[in-house]
Amino acid sequence: MNILVFVKHVPDTETRVKVAPDGLRLDLSEANWVMSPYDEYAVEEALKLKEKLGGEVTAVTVGNEESVKTLRTALAMGADKAVLCADVAFEGGDAAGTARILAAAARKLPFDLILAGKHGVGDDNQQVGSLAAQFLGIPAVTVVTGLEVNGQELVCKREIEGGTEVVVAATPALITCQKGLNEPRYPSLKGIMAAKKKEVATWKAADLGLDPGTVGAAGAAFEVRRMELPPPRPAGKVLSGELPDQVKELVRLLREEARAI
Amino acid sequence: MKVLVFAEQRGGKIKKASLEALSAGRQIADATSGSVAAVVLGLGIGAEAPGLARFGADTIYVGDDAIFEKYCADVYGLGVGKAAQVFGADVLLFSATAMGKDLAPRVAARLDIGLLSDVTAFALDGSVPVFTRPIYSGKAFSTVAPKGGKPFAVSLRPNVFPAVEKAGAGQVVPLEHGASPADVKAVVKEILTAEGGLLDVAEANIIVSGGRGMKGPEHFRILEDLAKVLGGAVGASRAAVDSGWIGHSHQVGQTGKVVSPALYFAFGISGAIQHLAGMSSSKVIVAVNKDPEAPIFKVATYGIVGDLFEVVPLLTQAIQELKAKG
Repeated sequence: MNILVFVKHVPDTETRVKVAPDGLRLDLSEANWVMSPYDEYAVEEALKLKEKLGGEVTAVTVGNEESVKTLRTALAMGADKAVLCADVAFEGGDAAGTARILAAAARKLPFDLILAGKHGVGDDNQQVGSLAAQFLGIPAVTVVTGLEVNGQELVCKREIEGGTEVVVAATPALITCQKGLNEPRYPSLKGIMAAKKKEVATWKAADLGLDPGTVGAAGAAFEVRRMELPPPRPAGKVLSGELPDQVKELVRLLREEARAI
Repeated sequence: MKVLVFAEQRGGKIKKASLEALSAGRQIADATSGSVAAVVLGLGIGAEAPGLARFGADTIYVGDDAIFEKYCADVYGLGVGKAAQVFGADVLLFSATAMGKDLAPRVAARLDIGLLSDVTAFALDGSVPVFTRPIYSGKAFSTVAPKGGKPFAVSLRPNVFPAVEKAGAGQVVPLEHGASPADVKAVVKEILTAEGGLLDVAEANIIVSGGRGMKGPEHFRILEDLAKVLGGAVGASRAAVDSGWIGHSHQVGQTGKVVSPALYFAFGISGAIQHLAGMSSSKVIVAVNKDPEAPIFKVATYGIVGDLFEVVPLLTQAIQELKAKG
């Protein structure tokens, strides 16, 4: 089974963000960049399937030279190949632009299954996987917490409000991965050394046969008007006194002041 | 603007979140001298259609067909896409529920239009609607406008916009959807309900969360008791979930669910940045922690510095008494 894994290089979840001077973007210069946490589940699932069924795992990302770090992480975990899609024409793109690029890359690679994180931490669009699947004309099952592969049949468990849906699809298909699917492995020292020798291909818009007008800032459907941090919360009250009295006071405040209960 | 709203039904009942989206659609249409249509897909759902008129639908496209009995993004995407074409929609609204998040991008790609996810506010700049959405799980807010006259789609975060009754013309139109069994590629075989039908944190108005201070899985019972008395859901920090004390579907934070309930309790949660990102838009926050320096107190409306194992049972009892009094 040949598997593509879509990964994204993102600021880690401990990042404190600030607004750039232009008021339209975030200044992320102090962030520590990593593979988006949900993509780790996708890479892990791909490797588990490869160990069981054979085939190749190829990690694909849209980004820049920095994003190669995340591709190297995937290679160190055990992926066989990696592709960086990078071009000035891709800059300033939205989820649809990214999905178009990934779909174009997928068309150049043999695959039975595409795995991706349920969303890229940061932009929080939760769109790219589904968009790419639609562009490729294959089914997508999203927010998956359990996957069973029986030949061409995929039995997926996906999270919905207050329960789980069991969804069945056939390969070729795309699945987005949610926490709970597996426990991602840490790259071994041997894996890290091996990853340095593995080739990372770089594909530009022309290599992918993409019209630059459909990707990047030119292809984006929305324009940013402003970027803001949330307003600070008003200072709260820390209660004092004996604990039972504090609890009584808390209930009174919730009832009378906050009207929350 | 012509606004098309996807009206989600589960078990034949329209979701409240879809009525919120319908109300938002009505507002956009009224401000731009437009109209609102709803599209509802399912089997035996005809009776639900008139209810959509009460919340502002002028036209209701009804796809009442066995092919829509179970949710399937392939055929639901076809149905909604068809309704958008027939209606000539300028804007498509979804609610960012599990189904909405799955379906909206499929429809957007099918129609080749842009999609904004999980919007929490909108305003009108003249006749151009401008939308605000949280990014980095609420660490920042991005406000954007659609570029140049093309249709676009938006998903709205549930529980944020009010559902307001405002009658629309309510003309029911059977949807000529054109979907056939050959289009069904991924299909829901069954739905497993969570144990005891517990309320999901994403839908709850009150959330009672526990963190590392819970010390073990066995103690979550006291939070369940409190949640039950309040009619709320049980949440957890990443530390508690990663320790295996409670399932990941309860996790609140940047790698869990982002929530904005009316009332959020944080018991034994120190307040890591990634947790705060997921809950600090809650209206009222109560923090109970032994450590007076815990960052959670910086966002708390009310704080108690103390042992949660003493506070929780006292609180449960006090609220029980309050509810008994009525």
